[in-house]
Amino acid sequence: MRQGRGQEVALAAAVAVAIAVFSLLPMLRLVRETVAPAGALSPAVIEAGLASRATWVATLNSLVVGIGGTVLAVSLGTLVALVVTLTDMRARAPFILCFVMPLMIAPQVTALSWLQLFGPASPFLKLIGLAPPLGSRNPLHSPGGIVLLLGIQYAPLVFLLVRAGLRRLPRELVEAARAAGAGRFTVLATVVLPLMTPSIMAAAALAFVSCVGNFGIPAFLGIPANYPVLPTLIYQRLAGGGPAVLGEAAFLSVLIGMIAMAGIVAQERMSRRRDYRSFASSLTSKPYALGRWRPAVEAAMWALIVAILVLPLTGLVLSSLVPGYGIPLSAATATLDNYRFVLVEHAASRRAFANSLGLSLTAAAFAVLAALPIAYLVAWGRQRWVRMVNLSIELPYALPGVVLAIAALLLFLRPLPLTGLHIYNTVWIILYAYLARFLVLAVRPAVSGFHQIDRALEEAAQVAGAGLFSRLRSVVFPLVAPAAMAGGLLIFMTAFGELTVSALLWSSGAETIGVVMFSFEQGGDSKYAAAISAVTVAVTFALMLATNLAARRLPSGVLPWRD
Amino acid sequence: MARLKLAGVTKTFSGFDAVRDVSLEVADGEFLAVLGPSGCGKTTLLRLVAGFEQPSAGEIAIGGTVVAGAGVSVPPEKRRVGIVFQNYALWPHMSVAQNVGYALKVAKVPREEARRRVAEALALVDLDGFADRYPASLSGGQRQRVALARCLVAAPSLVLFDEPLANLDVHLRAAMEAEFSAFHRRTGTTMIYITHDQAEAMALADRIAVMDGGRLVQVADPRTLYREPATEMVAAFIGQGMVLPATVLSGEERGRCRVAVLGQEATVRCRPGERARQGAAVCCRAADLEPVAPGEAGLEVAVRRAVYKGGATRVEVSPLADPSLALHVEGDDAGHSGRFEPGARLCLRIRSGWLIPGASA
Repeated sequence: MRQGRGQEVALAAAVAVAIAVFSLLPMLRLVRETVAPAGALSPAVIEAGLASRATWVATLNSLVVGIGGTVLAVSLGTLVALVVTLTDMRARAPFILCFVMPLMIAPQVTALSWLQLFGPASPFLKLIGLAPPLGSRNPLHSPGGIVLLLGIQYAPLVFLLVRAGLRRLPRELVEAARAAGAGRFTVLATVVLPLMTPSIMAAAALAFVSCVGNFGIPAFLGIPANYPVLPTLIYQRLAGGGPAVLGEAAFLSVLIGMIAMAGIVAQERMSRRRDYRSFASSLTSKPYALGRWRPAVEAAMWALIVAILVLPLTGLVLSSLVPGYGIPLSAATATLDNYRFVLVEHAASRRAFANSLGLSLTAAAFAVLAALPIAYLVAWGRQRWVRMVNLSIELPYALPGVVLAIAALLLFLRPLPLTGLHIYNTVWIILYAYLARFLVLAVRPAVSGFHQIDRALEEAAQVAGAGLFSRLRSVVFPLVAPAAMAGGLLIFMTAFGELTVSALLWSSGAETIGVVMFSFEQGGDSKYAAAISAVTVAVTFALMLATNLAARRLPSGVLPWRD
Repeated sequence: MARLKLAGVTKTFSGFDAVRDVSLEVADGEFLAVLGPSGCGKTTLLRLVAGFEQPSAGEIAIGGTVVAGAGVSVPPEKRRVGIVFQNYALWPHMSVAQNVGYALKVAKVPREEARRRVAEALALVDLDGFADRYPASLSGGQRQRVALARCLVAAPSLVLFDEPLANLDVHLRAAMEAEFSAFHRRTGTTMIYITHDQAEAMALADRIAVMDGGRLVQVADPRTLYREPATEMVAAFIGQGMVLPATVLSGEERGRCRVAVLGQEATVRCRPGERARQGAAVCCRAADLEPVAPGEAGLEVAVRRAVYKGGATRVEVSPLADPSLALHVEGDDAGHSGRFEPGARLCLRIRSGWLIPGASA
């Protein structure tokens, strides 16, 4: 018995160390830089930040696009969730796969696709003869464009949460209303939507945090339009001033963090007032028969997919095939040279593919290994502190990516104490940031995997005399491994085209795909950026389809794009 | 006038008949219980009447109007039925008054009148003063009463109960039974009550419709159902009836006939016009089997098990002539005498019973 406890303590200690290193340490370092820049408490950084006009402009802009993007994402995501879940629309699974796709595509790729679709050089508009004259302004280089793309990027997030809520809605609540004489739309307005408000508000909070922290979209759309938001302001300051302006960057990132937290806290507050712990559900509602409207509704839904997914990606692929800026695309001019250039010829770009592949694989593998014991303690552990600590794993992911990037910079600017190891300006600092930021993506599915397993399986092994480590290895982990691996896959897909964190942490020789693609676009080489993006989208889509084939062995709800 | 009429109603789910050729008439103001084991199709029947399912064949009419069948399909919101669900299905985001008044709001009843009718409905179920509470703060019985008030406030032509007491504890059940019963007397509404609990059905209903395997097996008042089950299934399902193989020796005479059961002759009740036949079946209740002194003529049985029931003992026995048959008789409180030890022999006399019409065991 004593031996068993010893192993338990060892496991808990290891988890505690991992969480401290990857979650608490960077956050604390960031806060210290803001309130006590030179080691002593001082309001200097905060005062300087508040006095700057740029701070206020970027904050206001962040709020505008954050709220605008959230409103759009919530409206679109909720509407689609209602139609998909409550009606007898056909071909639901492929529709969900397509609708969730934008969430899996890196934001800067979304931005580039749309820019290519609407820009004056758009091969697509040229093909149909609608292209504006060269040199005219791309309509997406505007706050409206940022709001539009943020809304499309995060509508799937809202969709997933609202759909999950709708599927828990007990059938009787709807039927009772219909028996009381209410028609479909009355039921929707008086029963379904009010009961969905907690789900919708939670989704709105998440979408708001994502919109405010998004870097790729405002970087591609806002920087050319001279419309700074907080993440792009930080990037521009650091790109111009280097480590000297870290204090100011730290202040700005704490500011974003606070805005994001305000969104989450507001949602928590409102949800608590409307806590409808519903009765245990029996069955989900029978779908509304659309009747003769069914073809029209289905056509509208697929038209939406064409508009938000097919057209932009077509624009992206077409752009990657043109030989030069403004040249019309035809069978004669189309070329694969751009792909050859980014995959073979361009040294930095070639290196970036290797770096991103290595980084995302390592991050995914490590996160899966770490997630199993963490999730075990979170789901089944008896230590109360672990559950509290679960929140701190969520934090680096819940907060915008720039926050974590700045924290990592501050942590590793100087060599590590004692060892003298210097990881600043290497890929290792990016790896550290990826691990800290994405760990939760593997922990969450693993926790839900644990919740779907009968604990008695472990207890049976315990009764049979197996110690903690041996029963974890032989019984528990094999059962949860598929869920954690699915989480690892999410990490791989997210990290592979990642830009927000690496844009601040990269250095020559330690580029990532996102960074190279960003610099191509900033240098005016959209065709190369498009080629890189097309490759990442292809990889993402292939992985989604491949995992769908293996999805039957995964616990339900692990793969977001699968019903 | 029949308030509810089903004619040849069948509901097929992917090749499986959940409800098969059910014809039934419920009179205005009648309280009908639909009773059957789980999976017998009774809930499907209720959903067909409410309009949540469409019959595959047959016709349903409420108050003389066809609501389903032959190209007609009236949606649930136009059928004017009230439903009390097993899990109450109160809307958690609405207060008690809002829950009860929902149907009136949907029907755009003027606010003053709606308020008055909600207050009346709440008074009817003894919930005055609860109008502003939310369902989460009510007890199970109170929720059930809110559900009751909610379905009655719109004066529906028909009220459907879907196992409304299944989630309540035993004590509350008895109280709610009394309440439903009083409620039916006061309002005179036609009620259809789905349940798998025969005691509930017996206590409440004017008539009971027994379902099995999607079919309607017997529709009768509780006393007839108990005394004169139409099939072996009803005999076994109601009141733990024992079904014994029998040979009818004489034709019916003043409602009785002579039968031979496992070599013992007995007189049992029967339908008019029964004739002597082989392969018949008799339904006996525990009270119909009476222990007699050893040596007297009777059915010899061996005790298998005695279960003390508090105040009485249920003694499970098997006839020596056919050990595969399981019978049970009521023993007295005194289990200590050793009479009911497993393996002990008893001798039983068949005092009475009911000849199951047309069936064989």
